Amino acid sequence: MSQTLTEKIISQHTGRHVQPGELAIVPVDAVMASDTTAPFAIKAFQEMGANRLWRPDKVILVIDHASPAPNQRIGNLHTMMREFARDKGCRLYDVGAGICHQVMVENEHARPGEIVIGADSHSCAYGAVAAFATGMGSTDVAALMHTGKTWLKVPSAIKIEFTGQLPAATAAKDLILFLVGQLGTSGANYQAIEYCGEAVESLTLAGRMTLASMSVEMGAKSGIVDPRGLELPYPFEPLEADADAHYEKVYRFDVSDLSPQVSLPHSPDKVVPLEEVRGTSIDVAFIGTCTNGRLEDLQAAADILQGQQIAPHVRLIIAPASREVFNQALERGTVEILSRAGATFITPGCGPCVGTHLGVPGNEEVVISAANRNFQGRMGNPNAKIYLASPAAVAASALQGVITEPAEVGLPAGDPPEKP
Amino acid sequence: MKGKVHRYGDQVDTDQIIPGPFTKTLNTDELASHVLEYLDPEFRSRMNKGDFVVAGENFGCGSSREQAPLALKASGVAGVVACSFARIFFRNAINIGLPVLEIGQHAIESGNELEIDLESGTVTDLTAKHTYQAAKMPEVMKKILQEGGLTSYLKKHGNYQL
Repeated sequence: MSQTLTEKIISQHTGRHVQPGELAIVPVDAVMASDTTAPFAIKAFQEMGANRLWRPDKVILVIDHASPAPNQRIGNLHTMMREFARDKGCRLYDVGAGICHQVMVENEHARPGEIVIGADSHSCAYGAVAAFATGMGSTDVAALMHTGKTWLKVPSAIKIEFTGQLPAATAAKDLILFLVGQLGTSGANYQAIEYCGEAVESLTLAGRMTLASMSVEMGAKSGIVDPRGLELPYPFEPLEADADAHYEKVYRFDVSDLSPQVSLPHSPDKVVPLEEVRGTSIDVAFIGTCTNGRLEDLQAAADILQGQQIAPHVRLIIAPASREVFNQALERGTVEILSRAGATFITPGCGPCVGTHLGVPGNEEVVISAANRNFQGRMGNPNAKIYLASPAAVAASALQGVITEPAEVGLPAGDPPEKP
Repeated sequence: MKGKVHRYGDQVDTDQIIPGPFTKTLNTDELASHVLEYLDPEFRSRMNKGDFVVAGENFGCGSSREQAPLALKASGVAGVVACSFARIFFRNAINIGLPVLEIGQHAIESGNELEIDLESGTVTDLTAKHTYQAAKMPEVMKKILQEGGLTSYLKKHGNYQL
């Protein structure tokens, strides 16, 4: 019987042909927890009476959410993680290594056809490498660290086909914001999303991570990007959905005429074409996160800001997704362009996205952010307003001091970045 | 279980249940002291132990933070009733032993007296004299909830039983 890519991956892991709606106990390939979720996971692991990790090489801890530690309490939680990793022999990526999802993909802890569970809702990002990946909470992850297995309801799938090619002034972020606007924050609840189509095939790994990471913003369990066109630094055999697989729903969007998109405060699904809010004054511009903190995102900003100065009243904060990204951006001169334009670089990690530190906005301040969520209080202040957009739109807005389309200020985002 | 209703709307996300900056602690009382802080700053002073949080669609959307159901439970909330839930929150709530009941469209109002029966999955609005039937949970979830959460479930069974 024909299967979706999601069903295929789960079937391969359970050793039997699974169908949507049935419950399955699945062995996983890797499990991840961050400094927001690992402390409770470690506590639950101990309370379960567990001692040894199921596979120390498959348990990954990452310090990224409040990194480096902003206060004593968090410093002690980080210490707890380091001690646990040392004691149990698992891998810990410490301060500055980067955002858990970037680290997982860069270091090949999440690979095509695998099942990877992370204690972070954006773990669906590994769908970018055609893995079945989903977020769970600390106790589920503790159970995984202990047993290597979890239970799940095999999800039915929604197929999203993006036909045509993205216009030059748009990026993967505009695609996914558009989709979140169409489906809403619960439009894919409990379901798997499978992305495909011409516009998806030509996306880089970075663009695929932008897409997959925001699947959870529609309530999806997972978001797998069709591996056609996927390039990885290691050989892999791509699994594909059967041509006649059954999907709960199929959406086709021709994106040839897509314009830059923006999510209005305070929900990622309040999406309008960016031109509708052009001219809105901003105070903070933020580029980073598991959704948009990679080299091509930084480069898109640098293409716009090269030789320019951001508006004097704007703070432009940049958090590279990983040390690797930061190093690459250093080597190619991207960091220098952005820094000379007035950007402030902070530690590779989640940065101000979760509102813990490194850029909490003031009351009534307006933020334009390349992140994935703009819920009220998301960045640590319920009295701030957050707009979500592509890195190019964030850079253009930082330059002008008001929400601005990338095409208005120079190179469109889609142009091939040039080495300075 | 009987208690008073605190009614909220649709899309109550995890940043409203427990804002990110307050999640970095193992102290559940500390979590409880910030529960629903951005949504309803008066909640803590108004609620009594055993009360219910009742909401609309997609309760708990957003982050995977287990601190969200933990904060509600530690503050004394006896359970959450909603039209629908976001999946990670629902799973986390069961895993930490906080009853969650999905009842579809309802007309339960703040201040009403509510009775829930976990065995039968019924939610009765004693004030409006109306009973709702909650969606059936997978058997494995029911068992986890009966054991008081996933930690004690695994301690007892050693592994998952379907």
